[in-house]
Amino acid sequence: MAVAPKINVGDDYKEKYGFFDPEKFVFKAKRGLTDEIIQEISWMKGEPEWMTKLRLKSHAIFLKKKLPTWGADLSVIDFDNIFYFLKSTEKQGTTWDEVPEDIKRTFDKLGIPEAERKFLAGVSAQYESEVVYHSLHQKLTDQGVVFTDTDTALREHPDLFKEYFGTIIPPADNKFAALNTAVWSGGSFIYVPKGVHVDIPLQAYFRINAENMGQFERTLIICDEGSFVHYIEGCTAPIYTTDSLHSAVVEIIVKRNARCRYTTIQNWSTNVYNLVTKRAVVYADATMEWVDGNLGSQITMKYPSVYLMEPGAKGDVLSVAFAGKGQHQDAGGKMIHVAPNTTSTITSKSISKGGGRTSYRGHVKVYPGANHCKSFVKCDALLLDDESRSDTYPYNDVDAENVTLGHEATVSKVSDEQLFYLMSRGITLNEAETMIVNGFIEPFTKELPLEYAVELNRLIQLEMEGSVG
Amino acid sequence: MADLEIKDLRVSVEDREILKGISLGISKGEVHAVMGPNGSGKSTLSNTLMGHPGYKVEGGEVLFKGKDILQLTPDARSRLGIFLALQYPVVVPGITMNNFLRTALNAHRGYDGKDKSKAVSPKEFRSLVEPHLETLKIEKSFLSRYINEGFSGGEKKRVEILQMAVLKPELAILDETDSGLDIDSIKYVSAAINQLRGPDLGVLIITHYTRILEFIKPDFVHVLVNGSFVLSGGPEVADLLEAKGYSEWVDEPAPAEEVSA
Repeated sequence: MAVAPKINVGDDYKEKYGFFDPEKFVFKAKRGLTDEIIQEISWMKGEPEWMTKLRLKSHAIFLKKKLPTWGADLSVIDFDNIFYFLKSTEKQGTTWDEVPEDIKRTFDKLGIPEAERKFLAGVSAQYESEVVYHSLHQKLTDQGVVFTDTDTALREHPDLFKEYFGTIIPPADNKFAALNTAVWSGGSFIYVPKGVHVDIPLQAYFRINAENMGQFERTLIICDEGSFVHYIEGCTAPIYTTDSLHSAVVEIIVKRNARCRYTTIQNWSTNVYNLVTKRAVVYADATMEWVDGNLGSQITMKYPSVYLMEPGAKGDVLSVAFAGKGQHQDAGGKMIHVAPNTTSTITSKSISKGGGRTSYRGHVKVYPGANHCKSFVKCDALLLDDESRSDTYPYNDVDAENVTLGHEATVSKVSDEQLFYLMSRGITLNEAETMIVNGFIEPFTKELPLEYAVELNRLIQLEMEGSVG
Repeated sequence: MADLEIKDLRVSVEDREILKGISLGISKGEVHAVMGPNGSGKSTLSNTLMGHPGYKVEGGEVLFKGKDILQLTPDARSRLGIFLALQYPVVVPGITMNNFLRTALNAHRGYDGKDKSKAVSPKEFRSLVEPHLETLKIEKSFLSRYINEGFSGGEKKRVEILQMAVLKPELAILDETDSGLDIDSIKYVSAAINQLRGPDLGVLIITHYTRILEFIKPDFVHVLVNGSFVLSGGPEVADLLEAKGYSEWVDEPAPAEEVSA
């Protein structure tokens, strides 16, 4: 784990560290979603009226919107049987004994410390890293950077919040964006002032009492002109949750000359439907980079997108998906060229094993007048056996002139000749396969901070040994 | 008994019999050359000895250090001390030569990721690799490149011999290592092999042409034609081929000159 030093989060952590628990509510968690539940959530959080109204409006949109008819089969999701809001204390319903053996084994093999395991397994709601975060926090505050959870941001930075929230991904965007807007809780809020370069990656983990692993987290990042930030969410260790639906929304604004990189490594337990909407709008000469790795979950549908609004804007998506037995990773990217002289690249790498299925789904749109744009899409799929599957669904939509559009797709199997070559040097079949897979995703791994790269390689090794559930 | 004993080996590829019962013994300290025209079964012999899954053994035996190796996977054969320099080394993207060499060395030492005391240390690794870079005229920067990616034909072959030098096999099979090499590369490769040559190493050079044998003097030369040995002897056999080619057995011109690939 690429995380701060470990502090023992035992049963007495509340007393020891002062668990944040503002008031006792009468709120009682119920399955299913009604306007009353939404009002209760909003009231309990002490939200301004506009947010309550927005939540209710979004709920109405959610009810009207149909499930997507493309991509993975989502018809089995039972929306009436989901807890849409649980207080963190109530979330600790899981005990260590209930955590599945395969998850525990993976923790063992990855060498995750005890305290962290409980957090990742949903046994403990809190992961304490205040000590490290504190000095970082001071530095960020001095620079004028805001880095907090999204609920706190609504309370403490109401004007900034209202100016941007829901402007990039409005509730009517899709059914799951509507759902998220109706019931969102947690997530990260980042504001980087003009010209400020945040020189170390900001990780969701740094936040104390983080609810960043909630079901309906909401993240909003604003990079003001000429600024830079790298935000990292998730980790390579499997996140065990009994919640079967994870539907996050991430909105990012990258102003003139700024650059934002958003790195995700997600490894949900394989009961999870991971349906995430991620979008950035990018202005003149600014850059948005999505680095997105999806390993776990039963179904993932995720297509980070970039709206290139002004000349010189640049968008990159680099994604990796690994689908094992019973998993379907439907991932890709969208590049929307609104202005001329904008550039984009999408690089997708997928690995299917043991009957797993990966799909690349991408959309490159160039609006009329957005001349002289360049876009390049490359998707490579690696199949590890005959039962596994990979598909490519690239959509290109070009209404401008002098546009350079490239698309390259390869599907390959681990070649016998490569295996023979590595094995002829004494390397076992399993290790040779692992090396080839790690080599295949190397263009992705090399973009990660070193500790994440090492973990990812180790995780691939575990997946290849078949020791991950 | 020789360290490598091939007895009446018969091998087929896609149901076609290629090796029709050949026998050969190689002891440590000896350099053998197997020469033959195209299609005679030379590469089938080298790949079969290393355990390539595309070659089916129909009969016969191969013993190495007294052990039947035909049931062993290629990695087990390698760890037993057999090395094959491939005729066409493969590109493996995303894995650096450094990582490859280190992983191979660790595999030979029985390091499986757990007992760190078995793993080669960075310092030892450098001491094992760097001296050979000089002999083989390989730039150090090659080690940070991906396996064979963007390497020229000659660079690939030199890097094969680098792997051999690092892994220190007891039997080295060089499958047409000279093909496609310019004269400088042949010299570097030969110098490196001659350095490794000695009482602890048996060498099997597989070649179409006699040129490499001017630099690496064989103790024995065997002529393979159509899946069988038709002539065996000392270095004078190579001289004979140099003069006459394979015309005695097949309709092919003298092999002395190669069209450089």
